Amino acid sequence: MSNPNIATPIQETLKAARATALIKRWAPPIILPLLGILLFLLCWQGLANNIQTSLGQFPGPLQVSEQFGGLVSAHLREKEKASAFYERQEKRNAALLAKNPEAEIKTRPYTGKPTFVQQIFTSLYTVMAGFVIASLIAIPLGIVCGLSKTIYTAINPLIQVFKPVSPLAWLPLVTMLVSALYVSDDPLFAKSFLTSAFTVALCCLWPTVINTTVGVAGIDQDLNNVSKVLRLSSLTHVRRIVLPAALPMIFTGLRLSLGTGWMVLIAAEMLAQNPGLGKFIWDEFQNGSSNSLGRIMVAVIVIGLIGFALDRLMLLLQRLFSWDKNAVLR
Amino acid sequence: MSQTHLELTGVGIDFPTDKGLFCALQNVNLKIAKGEFVSLIGHSGCGKSTVLNIVAGLYQATNGGVILDGREVDEPGPERAVVFQNHSLLPWLSCYENVELAVRQVFQGQKSRREMREWIEHNLALVHMTHAKHKRPSEISGGMKQRIGIARALAMQPKVLLMDEPFGALDALTRAHLQDSLMEIHAELGNTVIMITHDVDEAVLLSDRIVMMSNGPAATVGDILKVELERPRERMALAHDSRYHEYRAAVLEFLYQRQHRPAA
Repeated sequence: MSNPNIATPIQETLKAARATALIKRWAPPIILPLLGILLFLLCWQGLANNIQTSLGQFPGPLQVSEQFGGLVSAHLREKEKASAFYERQEKRNAALLAKNPEAEIKTRPYTGKPTFVQQIFTSLYTVMAGFVIASLIAIPLGIVCGLSKTIYTAINPLIQVFKPVSPLAWLPLVTMLVSALYVSDDPLFAKSFLTSAFTVALCCLWPTVINTTVGVAGIDQDLNNVSKVLRLSSLTHVRRIVLPAALPMIFTGLRLSLGTGWMVLIAAEMLAQNPGLGKFIWDEFQNGSSNSLGRIMVAVIVIGLIGFALDRLMLLLQRLFSWDKNAVLR
Repeated sequence: MSQTHLELTGVGIDFPTDKGLFCALQNVNLKIAKGEFVSLIGHSGCGKSTVLNIVAGLYQATNGGVILDGREVDEPGPERAVVFQNHSLLPWLSCYENVELAVRQVFQGQKSRREMREWIEHNLALVHMTHAKHKRPSEISGGMKQRIGIARALAMQPKVLLMDEPFGALDALTRAHLQDSLMEIHAELGNTVIMITHDVDEAVLLSDRIVMMSNGPAATVGDILKVELERPRERMALAHDSRYHEYRAAVLEFLYQRQHRPAA
């Protein structure tokens, strides 16, 4: 039996306290970043309004979001067109077959211009291919370098020289090599895809090689002694001791590599006119319509978001495979 | 004592340094019988660990050599299992898996899967760690880690058990528990043990003989003290035993009067 005259103010105070606590808990992780973004958008819009380029006014966030909507609806339209094309083709073929069951029918792929969304997937596919190629080379190489001081000393100068080379320097060489060596009448992969993927691989080898080497070389001598006392074979030693012990460093390398690879890919696509987001940007730049700058800005933001998502994905994988659940990963 | 089981003859080792060769050990001679418990004691840096590593095969002696059961020791192997000072368990494996790694490696083709499992369980039980077998090393205390380290070494069924300051990093109570466990295990299995220690009480309590090492460089065996206390030994009873105190005093006298303490 509570007295409402006393109970109500107490309840009010508790409610208020709870609200304050909620704000205190969630303000830093959610409200602060939102504030930062909002402030950035305001500054951007304000500045953009005052900049005139030869392609019209520099796009602010409003124009960019408009362009984003435009690009998505263009993609949807293109998809409709494509499915309509296939439908027509199927009908035509069916009609041909009905008339003459032995008639030779042809199925042609739709040849429309790739849309923004399709370019995104091309880029993702290419970067993953390059990253996988690089990892398959870099992790074993790093393990060998970490295990053997001799091999490390022999290879280290090469690593140090090739590491700082820009992707754009590799690109012409890779292009020529792919054209010269990948000769096939019925190619499984497009040459442009291989060129981009190999360029990405060449540039994102190094962080993984170096971090794996450091990780393997830094394994506790006691653990190596355990392995020696047990007379583990080299393969078992690598599998049971070296790989798990170096895994955190390997993942650090892989994360750096994927980030590098994504940056390299955009540059490579722009220069080499290989399909992907880089080509999209270059095409828009060459196109020079009043919408171009806005579309390029959309691409810039999408590139950033995808890069961020890829990094989070690697972090997630690292958490999944990490044996040290107490390690703070960020 | 029965015939010699492990023999160190004229063992010496030089390490290359910037200033030329550094002679860490010189002319170490030691004969150990089967089932004997021997402690190595001496000041820090006197080369105790080096002796142990040479017996383990992790270091190669420059002069002299080690013979175990008539065969020269020239590489590490599971018949000379090592219990490391800081446990050296693989942090990504559970306690059970840590022991399993050793058992699989040593008994591949000799034991069936079931026999291996029983043997692992048996060794975990021996160190009283059955309850934590599925925990990772990071989830158990320092003393427990060392117990698992001992279980792993015992599971190799070694001819000689080498222990490098196994209880050095533990608090006094935990250390006493582990010493009791070690005495139990030694009584049951009769392993030959070489243990490095800094702890005079530990040396007297556990050993049949205490090998006292002179200070380096060119360290060697200074003196050997035979501890003739009958087993099983009881910590509390020994506290009132005058012989225990005499042995203790003898070791202390060697360490602090006959050997100058190196600048700490």
